[in-house]
Amino acid sequence: MIGPLIGEALRAMAANRMRSALTMLGMVIGVGAVIMMLAIGKGVEDSVRASIASMGSNLFMVVSGAPQSGGIRMGSGSAPTLTLDDAEALMDLPGVVAVAPSSPGGAQVVVGPTNWSTSVTGTTPGYFTVAEVKFGEGQPFDESDVRGATRVAVIGPSLAENLFGGDSPIGRTIRVNQSPFTVIGVTEPRGQSIDGRDQDDVVIIPVTTAQRQVFGTQVIGSVRFVQVKAEGPEVMERLQGDMETLLRDRHRIRVGQEDDFSVRNMTSIMNAAASTTAAMKLLLGAIASISLIVGGIGIMNIMLVSVTERTREIGIRMAIGARRRDVLWQFLLESIVLSLVGCLIGVLVGVGGARAVANATELKPVVTAGSVMLGFGVAAAIGVFFGFYPARRAASLQPIEALRYQ
Amino acid sequence: MAVIELTGVLKDYTTEAETLHVLKGIDLKIEAGEFVAIMGPSGSGKSTLMNILGCLDVPTDGVYRLAGSSVGELDDSALAGLRNRTLGFVFQGFNLMARSSLEDNVALPLVYAGVSRADRNQRARDMLAKVGLEGYARSLPNRISGGQQQRVAIARALVGQPAVVLADEPTGNLDSTTSAEIMKLFERLNREEGVTLIVVTHEQDIAAWAKRLVLLKDGLIQYDGPIPPEFRRNE
Repeated sequence: MIGPLIGEALRAMAANRMRSALTMLGMVIGVGAVIMMLAIGKGVEDSVRASIASMGSNLFMVVSGAPQSGGIRMGSGSAPTLTLDDAEALMDLPGVVAVAPSSPGGAQVVVGPTNWSTSVTGTTPGYFTVAEVKFGEGQPFDESDVRGATRVAVIGPSLAENLFGGDSPIGRTIRVNQSPFTVIGVTEPRGQSIDGRDQDDVVIIPVTTAQRQVFGTQVIGSVRFVQVKAEGPEVMERLQGDMETLLRDRHRIRVGQEDDFSVRNMTSIMNAAASTTAAMKLLLGAIASISLIVGGIGIMNIMLVSVTERTREIGIRMAIGARRRDVLWQFLLESIVLSLVGCLIGVLVGVGGARAVANATELKPVVTAGSVMLGFGVAAAIGVFFGFYPARRAASLQPIEALRYQ
Repeated sequence: MAVIELTGVLKDYTTEAETLHVLKGIDLKIEAGEFVAIMGPSGSGKSTLMNILGCLDVPTDGVYRLAGSSVGELDDSALAGLRNRTLGFVFQGFNLMARSSLEDNVALPLVYAGVSRADRNQRARDMLAKVGLEGYARSLPNRISGGQQQRVAIARALVGQPAVVLADEPTGNLDSTTSAEIMKLFERLNREEGVTLIVVTHEQDIAAWAKRLVLLKDGLIQYDGPIPPEFRRNE
């Protein structure tokens, strides 16, 4: 029964090509929009998650600064109040896995005739634990390098590519602001950080070497910020209080006085960012779904017109033996075929649109099988839902009246 | 046993203002293999009688037995099945499916009867050949003449081997030469194949092809008997 009726549906669509095409356009736009919007939302979500993953989990950021200077309040990091000794003291707190005091800066890196401007971070071996850095080649520096302020460097893969092309950089010498460093490790690609910096275009050197030979510093032993990794999410809250107490104590800040540092729970900030992007994805999907519903109403509209136009045909079919459910199925199948064909084209449009967005912008839309299935399922459901009323109307016609209809 | 048997059939139409008694007590028996013409002026109730005979409508009162089934007791779905298996319709306006080939048009009742595709197509082609349209199976209805279209409609009415074929003004849209050809076809099908035929018409020269005349007036049968001698076939 269904077989010949699908043929009928296709014939009916072919007979009214322009009308069918315009009706389908509603579904094409609806499904295309859903897939594209979900792809963009997913792309943003993925990049946020990747940044979070590259940053490492259960992380605190302790930033120096926010001191007062004659009544003028300075921003975070504006004064060098944190020291390497502070970092070591933080390491002794229970629940702390690793600390990474850091002095970041920019520098010109030279290898033979090639030079490249990049960011340089002076830090301790704790950094590799905190940031969960994996090594593509070589190895990290260790505590003795920090103590001895040796000239060794770990570099990111894109910097390695820029300076050495395909050659292995291990054991080669690079000049950072004139000082020669030996490359001992290359990290695996880490992608962008949450604030958009390329974490693969970096030089990581012992903090002591950075302070003495690359940047110089206002106060020997001071660092811009300290990253602290906790052993798990359950100790985060307690640890934040412990760290504040410890640092206030060490910095001799009296009760009532403002802190000259701030402790930020990066994980909670990141989670907030992640849930914001999830909400944005949902919103995009919801807006796109409205266009699907509009497309469905377009189908219902056309099917109602079609039922009226073909009243006489329905009468004939009933006269020669079509039962009401045969007529119902005929029109229902027609709207389902309309919406499914529209949906197929919509999937192509959505995927193509996502590609176009990827080419034209910084966004990296991700079309998932789930979103295609969702678009497809919703379109089929809409075909049934909005096709049912017109089909019911066709099936409930009285044969005599339908036959008499001009 | 009579293939059609109406006993005391009444049909009322109730509007807001009044109740119209369209059929006021019809008793009619038609045996298998008969060729009956139904005539009557406008408003005589012949369309209503035709609708009841065609199971498109049910009587208000009285009994209609078609091929042994009591029509008044059946629901919509059963009526559709009865129309499909025991009746064939031929309309004044041909009423073919404009987008379907002649073969598919003829095969349509078999679709609703659940006959397999190969079987349907074979029977439709055989039927088209019987009405003189072999070789036209893949044509569309708008490619052929009115007379040919009515032949297709007759083939469609016959394809399910129904007990009765009902033709409502089958020649109303045709010129007299073509009308005569269609009536000749009916006459031949009745004589050679034993098809039971009921033709509604208002023209004596069409009714003259039948063997029995039923004349309706004001909802009652006024005459039921052989074709009067003054009726002449338009040959």
